[in-house]
Amino acid sequence: MKDHMTEFVVFAVLFVLVSGMGFVAARWRRPESMHSLDEWGLGGRSFGSWITWFLIGGDLYTAYTFVAVPALVFGAGAAGFYAVPYTIVVYPLVFLVLIRLWSVSHRHGFVTPADFVRARFGSPALAAVVAVTGIVATMPYIALQLVGIESVLKAMGVNGHWPILIAFGILAAYTYQSGLRAPALIAFVKDALIYIVIIVAVLYIPSKVGGWGNIFDTAQAKFAKTPAPSDGVLLDGTNQLNYAMLALGSALALFLYPHSITGVLASKNRDVIKRNMAALPAYSFVLGLIALLGYMAIAGGVKPLTSGGKPDTNTVVPVLFDKMFPDWFAGVAFAAVGIGALVPAAIMSIAAANLFTRNIYKEFFHKDATDKQEAVVSKLVSLLVKVGAVVCILALDPEFSIDLQLIGGVIILQTLPAVGLGLVTNWFHRGGLIAGWVAGMAAGLWMLYEIPNPAKGKEHFGGSAYKLSELGLDTKMTVYVGILALLVNLVVAVAVSLILKAAGLEDGEDATAPDDYTADEGDPKVRDLEFSSST
Amino acid sequence: MREEDPLAPQDPPPEPPTAAPATPRRSDHHPLNWLLVVPVVVPLLTLLFNHDGPRIGGFPAFYWMQFAFIPLGVLCTAAVYQATKRRKEDDR
Repeated sequence: MKDHMTEFVVFAVLFVLVSGMGFVAARWRRPESMHSLDEWGLGGRSFGSWITWFLIGGDLYTAYTFVAVPALVFGAGAAGFYAVPYTIVVYPLVFLVLIRLWSVSHRHGFVTPADFVRARFGSPALAAVVAVTGIVATMPYIALQLVGIESVLKAMGVNGHWPILIAFGILAAYTYQSGLRAPALIAFVKDALIYIVIIVAVLYIPSKVGGWGNIFDTAQAKFAKTPAPSDGVLLDGTNQLNYAMLALGSALALFLYPHSITGVLASKNRDVIKRNMAALPAYSFVLGLIALLGYMAIAGGVKPLTSGGKPDTNTVVPVLFDKMFPDWFAGVAFAAVGIGALVPAAIMSIAAANLFTRNIYKEFFHKDATDKQEAVVSKLVSLLVKVGAVVCILALDPEFSIDLQLIGGVIILQTLPAVGLGLVTNWFHRGGLIAGWVAGMAAGLWMLYEIPNPAKGKEHFGGSAYKLSELGLDTKMTVYVGILALLVNLVVAVAVSLILKAAGLEDGEDATAPDDYTADEGDPKVRDLEFSSST
Repeated sequence: MREEDPLAPQDPPPEPPTAAPATPRRSDHHPLNWLLVVPVVVPLLTLLFNHDGPRIGGFPAFYWMQFAFIPLGVLCTAAVYQATKRRKEDDR
């Protein structure tokens, strides 16, 4: 660590500065009272275009992304670049659906996606299924933010778990106090640091390793020497379909994650969301450049640090920064990654806590909980969620968290028929949606279990690319498990809905009206309408 | 219903009250919405861009073309936003 003193001091100063901001955030755009989920969990549903841009950007493009995507490109080449089409496709894909979600949530005061499902399909059970899926998918995601911080600390020669405990302790404290306002305020610093670091990196590093042409050629030469058949700077015949399907599946999944929806519902009107759908791809550009850091690391001769005898490719980018940048700027770059972990971790824990409070605690344990009780429960659960994430990292092999994250993407997709299609139609029967979810989950988990990863010496959960030949098709192509599981889910949901409808089984009542889906800022809310009609 | 809501007097109706229909039904339908299909489909067509050449500034086509899809997506979504945004509103 002595060689890294300057880096560590710069890192620590920036980290502490930002943590201070987290505590001050409670007073930023000060509400009359923080004692409701609308204020604590959604920042008063008042964020304009700029704040929303920083908040959602800081939320979706996480520290783990910054570390894992270039690590993937470093290891496999072109296949890791799927993150770019993924984040281009996602915004036009969800554009028309998200504004409907915002409107109906504004009208009815929904805080979580499960709130919406409950009202749309009249089914607390289906809502609980959506809530539990959301929480389970989010937990390992929070844990992986710790992996992001850890990789940076390793590169500075700081080992052991105590720095992580301190960092998450601070994070837990200011999230508890300031709610969504904390990550919203910190996101400004986080994103500014990321942009500066990446712009400097792509201008400076290529000149030190022989220019862009040489970077790609060196990478290709490296991949040509490996035994793996489908790595390289281009895709081959077997993984093209998987590349497109992984991008599409990830895009479909992104706005089903509770933390993404939290960011969307915190905006103050529909135009803020539309404007952001056009402006958020600026982050995709940065993400693409970050992915290419993986090739720069190859050209720069970076060797990943080892932990437990195995090379830890997540350290590729931190080691590259350490090698290429002057010490003080490497410190800034490390701080960018470290702070980059805090924003999404805070929003994710808030979103998971809201799901528990609204769709499990209030639904099944305390029907007439007041706004204040809801906020108290959510704040406490947000602490629990972070403790859970820390335990995940300390008690389990980090590799296991990565497996869970892989599974998380597949299982969150299984809420698409209820949440995503539910925003467009209420045709599905609630029983059909539950049956589809069960089938999709079973199919997805089974396929993931069956995928080996010879390179890592694993027999199960070795990746998310399923060989179509396993299904009896005469091809070497692979497809993203999430998409296949979603197809199973949809087929079962449609079939069971048809059967239940034909059998005349009672369906849940839709508590929403068609007009709710186009409501905007200034339109009356259901609470107000009930109030005015009773006076 | 909306016009009669006593809780929103501070919200002036966008048109004179006499001209407004009893229940103003908004709709998200707009022909330009179809533009959104372009940036959803094009980045998934790997056959379009899975080539090394022509290189630009050292970047193989695979990379520069996918970077180029970003402004394509921005243009399409921005056009739909401009066509469908709420008029006479300033929410900053």
